[in-house]
Amino acid sequence: MPGITREEVAHLARLSRLELQAEELDHLAEQLDVIIGAVARVSEVAGQDVPPTSHPLPLTNVMRPDEVRPSLTSEQALSGAPAAEEQRFRVPQILGED
Amino acid sequence: MTDLIKLTAADTAAAIKAGQVSAVEVTQAHLDRIDAVDKKVNAFLHVDTEGALAAARAVDAKRAAGSELGPLAGVPLALKDVFTTKGVPTTCGSKILEGWIPPYDATLTTRLKDADVVILGKTNMDEFAMGSSTENSAFGTTGNPWDLSRIPGGSGGGSAAALAAFEAPLAIGTDTGGSIRQPGAVTGTVGVKPTYGSVSRYGLVAFSSSLDQGGPCARTVLDAALLHEAIAGHDPLDSTSINAPVPAVVEAAKMRDVRGMRIGVVKEFAGEGYQAGVMQRFDEAVELLRELGAEVVEVSCPSFTLALPAYYLIAPSEASSNLARFDAMRYGLRVGDDGSRSAEEVTALTREAGFGAEVKRRIILGTYALSSGYYDAYYGSAQKVRTLISRDFDAAFAGVDVLVSPTTPTTAFPIGERADDPMAMYLADLCTIPSNLAGNAAMSLPCGLAPEDNLPVGLQIIAPAMADDRLYRVGGAVEAALNDKWGHPLLEEAPAL
Repeated sequence: MPGITREEVAHLARLSRLELQAEELDHLAEQLDVIIGAVARVSEVAGQDVPPTSHPLPLTNVMRPDEVRPSLTSEQALSGAPAAEEQRFRVPQILGED
Repeated sequence: MTDLIKLTAADTAAAIKAGQVSAVEVTQAHLDRIDAVDKKVNAFLHVDTEGALAAARAVDAKRAAGSELGPLAGVPLALKDVFTTKGVPTTCGSKILEGWIPPYDATLTTRLKDADVVILGKTNMDEFAMGSSTENSAFGTTGNPWDLSRIPGGSGGGSAAALAAFEAPLAIGTDTGGSIRQPGAVTGTVGVKPTYGSVSRYGLVAFSSSLDQGGPCARTVLDAALLHEAIAGHDPLDSTSINAPVPAVVEAAKMRDVRGMRIGVVKEFAGEGYQAGVMQRFDEAVELLRELGAEVVEVSCPSFTLALPAYYLIAPSEASSNLARFDAMRYGLRVGDDGSRSAEEVTALTREAGFGAEVKRRIILGTYALSSGYYDAYYGSAQKVRTLISRDFDAAFAGVDVLVSPTTPTTAFPIGERADDPMAMYLADLCTIPSNLAGNAAMSLPCGLAPEDNLPVGLQIIAPAMADDRLYRVGGAVEAALNDKWGHPLLEEAPAL
């Protein structure tokens, strides 16, 4: 199993929207290398003809009647919002200016 | 009724029902106890004094009006801060949710209120339930009431410590890899992970959705059973909730008879890394089961040796996806929104500032395991291991009614000892993880103190899915026999705080 590099951790941090500090990157790269080395043992079974289990229960769609039910008011739904405006979540700009 | 805080939940409810004490007096006694000892223990993140007293007053009013009281009416409870509580802060031990007041109750919270249980407050935990020591809480660690310099287990260390410190007779935990059972084991209390799907996850802030399961924590097996029946059952708001009757766990807890039961000792849970005193108390408990009339056999579950590696791929993978919801847009912390930064930059800065080291570690690990090129080798293989573990359980349960093992390889370790050594920390969950991966039911209950350090040892009992009653049958019998032998419950031996 290949080890994990600092550059890979930086890439994963970008994918996970974590603005990691330089010292965190160093520390994490070191620790993840150890953890991945330890968990890589699972690949012993990679070649085995075993069906994967994603969930302990056999999952099926759960349906309910399409009826209006009580729900949060917009005021309640916005009560924890860092910023709100006109009954909506106010967010920083999503699209670039160019 | 001088020592209200020492009563069991069952006795407390009976005394309130009989009018020997009021629910307000019981609640006040626990609030006073929290006031007196929680500066040392730090089990609670938030104490809801007003809410608790109002709930207690409502129970007293109900009784005065001649209404029938339920089996836990007026009994105080400590709620892990991972379940939403309408109007009461819910942080999950994280800075990213500091100050958040949920606008709705979790189904479990609603069930507790419907049962007239008095919620004293919210307990400390490893951030988003990731950890085995409660050291990953953003709000300080919790001390183990047996020795405040040691960990109370995790992630539900606050709930277990509250029980052991007599701050509450009941508590709620969640168990994703052992977060109810391991804190129970190291604090000398009882903790149960019910069958996956039997306690609703609606309003339980998700860590790893295919593993997370809420469950009861208590000082006695019967109290855990009473709480189990109050919180379990089908919930249409949780699509993975099992629509089947809850096993009769209270009845089972009262049986105190294991004659004719077949009990399997898992061969793989022993050897290197297991503390001698833990194995000694475990072996004695197995011998006790034999004396009580159970038939004990050794069973082998060879895939269990791969459970820990599989768990540390599956749980972080699911966590990396679940925790994406903390994007600084709809609730919780927002950092760096000065008008010059994009939403994406604000999200990344907020998550950097709001998440602790272990949460970041698991998000990165999960993102790695799910990324293309590694998915088959890691996540895909871990899912195959999950199948093999279920098959090992199925094979074992074809020959025995329950399995037993130590709950944890060691007793409570000193605070700080494993804090920056993730792999050492992860080993605390070695024996508890297989049940989460398979989704079956498991309990930890105290089986003595390890001779070398005088700290509690937990006995783990594992039953097939939807056979939770077997845990209580075996646990109730072991508890009764041990209390007879000791002349008192184990917690009587804990030092005064």
